[in-house]
Amino acid sequence: MSTETSLRQGPDASGFFGRFGGRFVAETLMPLILELQDEYERAKQDPAFHAELEKLQKDFVGRETPLYLAERLTEALGGAKIYLKREDLNHTGAHKINNCLGQILLAKRMGKKRIIAETGAGMHGVATATVAARFGMECVIYMGSTDIHRQQPNVQRMKLLGAKVIPVTSGTGTLKDAMNEALRDWVTNVDSTFYIIGTVAGPHPYPALVRDFQSVIGDETRQQMLDKEGRLPDTLVACIGGGSNAMGLFHPFLDDTDVKMIGVEAGGEGLDKRHAASLKGGEPGVLHGNRTFLLQSDDGQIQDAHSISAGLDYPGIGPEHAWLHDIKRVEYVAVTDEEALDGFKALCKYEGIIPALETSHAIAHVLKLAPTLPKDHLVVINLSGRGDKDMVTVTEHLADELAE
Amino acid sequence: MTATSRMERRFAALKADNRAGLVTFTTAGDPDYTHSLNTLLGLPAAGADVIELGMPFTDPMADGAAIQLGSQRALANGQNMVKTLQMVRELRKQDQDTPLVLMGYYNPIYRYGVEAFLEEAAEAGVDGLIVVDLPPEHDDELCVPAAQAGIHFIRLATPTTDAKRLPGVLANTSGFLYYVSSTGVTGAAAPTPEKVQAEVEAIRAHTDIPIGVGFGIRTPEQAARIARFADGVVVGSALVDRIAAAETPEAGTASVLSLVSELAEAVRNAR
Repeated sequence: MSTETSLRQGPDASGFFGRFGGRFVAETLMPLILELQDEYERAKQDPAFHAELEKLQKDFVGRETPLYLAERLTEALGGAKIYLKREDLNHTGAHKINNCLGQILLAKRMGKKRIIAETGAGMHGVATATVAARFGMECVIYMGSTDIHRQQPNVQRMKLLGAKVIPVTSGTGTLKDAMNEALRDWVTNVDSTFYIIGTVAGPHPYPALVRDFQSVIGDETRQQMLDKEGRLPDTLVACIGGGSNAMGLFHPFLDDTDVKMIGVEAGGEGLDKRHAASLKGGEPGVLHGNRTFLLQSDDGQIQDAHSISAGLDYPGIGPEHAWLHDIKRVEYVAVTDEEALDGFKALCKYEGIIPALETSHAIAHVLKLAPTLPKDHLVVINLSGRGDKDMVTVTEHLADELAE
Repeated sequence: MTATSRMERRFAALKADNRAGLVTFTTAGDPDYTHSLNTLLGLPAAGADVIELGMPFTDPMADGAAIQLGSQRALANGQNMVKTLQMVRELRKQDQDTPLVLMGYYNPIYRYGVEAFLEEAAEAGVDGLIVVDLPPEHDDELCVPAAQAGIHFIRLATPTTDAKRLPGVLANTSGFLYYVSSTGVTGAAAPTPEKVQAEVEAIRAHTDIPIGVGFGIRTPEQAARIARFADGVVVGSALVDRIAAAETPEAGTASVLSLVSELAEAVRNAR
């Protein structure tokens, strides 16, 4: 295909994907954002940067991750052939570390000694604490107090890794509030501190650089599928909060017009009740440095998201997803908390894999989709994380079944 | 902008008096519409030379605890953009001379619709806007349309605004320049006056626009020290704290206006 029509060229020089994205930050942060952008451009051209990143991905993270044929799930659903991209097998148990490694190498190049991050489910916090320990940097993680309660194992992991975990009580004490507090820290300690944003959101260049560091998922999937099936997959499915695991899987395939992509948002209690589906139930607005779809009131006040999974509990979505939604390149759907639990149980039962509740949303959609497709239709689910961290939540919801 | 706007007339008068102006910040609707309006209406007589009125937002990323809580109180009591603009109209019924600046974040304006917002703000008697999350890179969003609607777009300069960025920051700024004296959120401790003075003098080499200084100024003594060299002294969190600490909303209004009087006297006698 010609580069003129490529969907992989964004963002533009101002950080926009169509009408979404940008750099909506306080003046204090602008010089640093521009400096980061310059440094990232230099790093991209530097073979030594890529060599160090690849070495760490291989020896520290354990890449490449398998593309695994889910035989029993495929058989049970009786339709499409289902593959799982096993990001849950990464060191720290999710795709998040792909991005953290890339960003901490940038921090090192910029001479920063202090790392901050926000976290929802705690997976990004754990991954950030991990790379900070690996590189001997001070690490401060902002986490909503509600999330601290429901993701205790990850809180303990971060502390063991030497990070300071600061509870955020403002708002609903979830991911959005943690991001506000991380931005306040950053604006205060702008000289010393590198902010490792965990998803494809925030001010330019974050959406682009997080996407690039996560695209290893799609690049590997592409080659692995060619090796196994001799052709590209037909449908890619991934869950979406901010959207980094989905963007990492989708981006390398955006120009392959025959590859269908489905992003699965957290429908919470249903789109007519409390949910976290910014595209299906939100409106364009500006928050956390970018214009994107947001859950908000008619007066432009941000509304609280709700999802059973802390990692999807965010009222916005990465701007590139908002654009892909606008141009209809990617289909976006929502599944409810209840459906996600069904997805969680199905993967445990048929494949012996305990998925994260976030990932369970993608599985839940495939439970509905696969039976409608022919047996030669190749589906890839991005198995973005493992579910050990979700035991408390799942045990509460499935108390009756587990008591049997 | 008219040849001389209300804001320009005010700063020209202050210069003629050889004194700095007191710029006050309170959040619209904090703790509720009625008492916030009472406070607003009392500010000119108490000695506020320029009034900043906060447009409350759920996610004030550049604000410290005091102003975050002020926003939350206002929103919990039903404040919205329509009511904020109505407060400006009420002020203009009795005061035609004190410039009023709306301050906040972009999303509530974006959602309201930039065109509708600017038209109604100009009609209500708003003189300027400070929108924290719109750097010069996004001037086409609101800054340029505001100027066309006759409303000053007041930019923040910070200690991280280096010589390379300053021309861009100053380019479309009018009314005054708000120098944020420390990196960090509102309400944080201020650096030494000597350091701030040196930074303000450095900016003066690039512009004739009046310079207001804010962030961390809480007491009449601190205000007086800044008023010796700045054109405007901005006090916000200390006033918002008075509302939070008051036993009744009425007492909050009285407490704010009393602090404004003390600050005004200190600023007027600083030089």
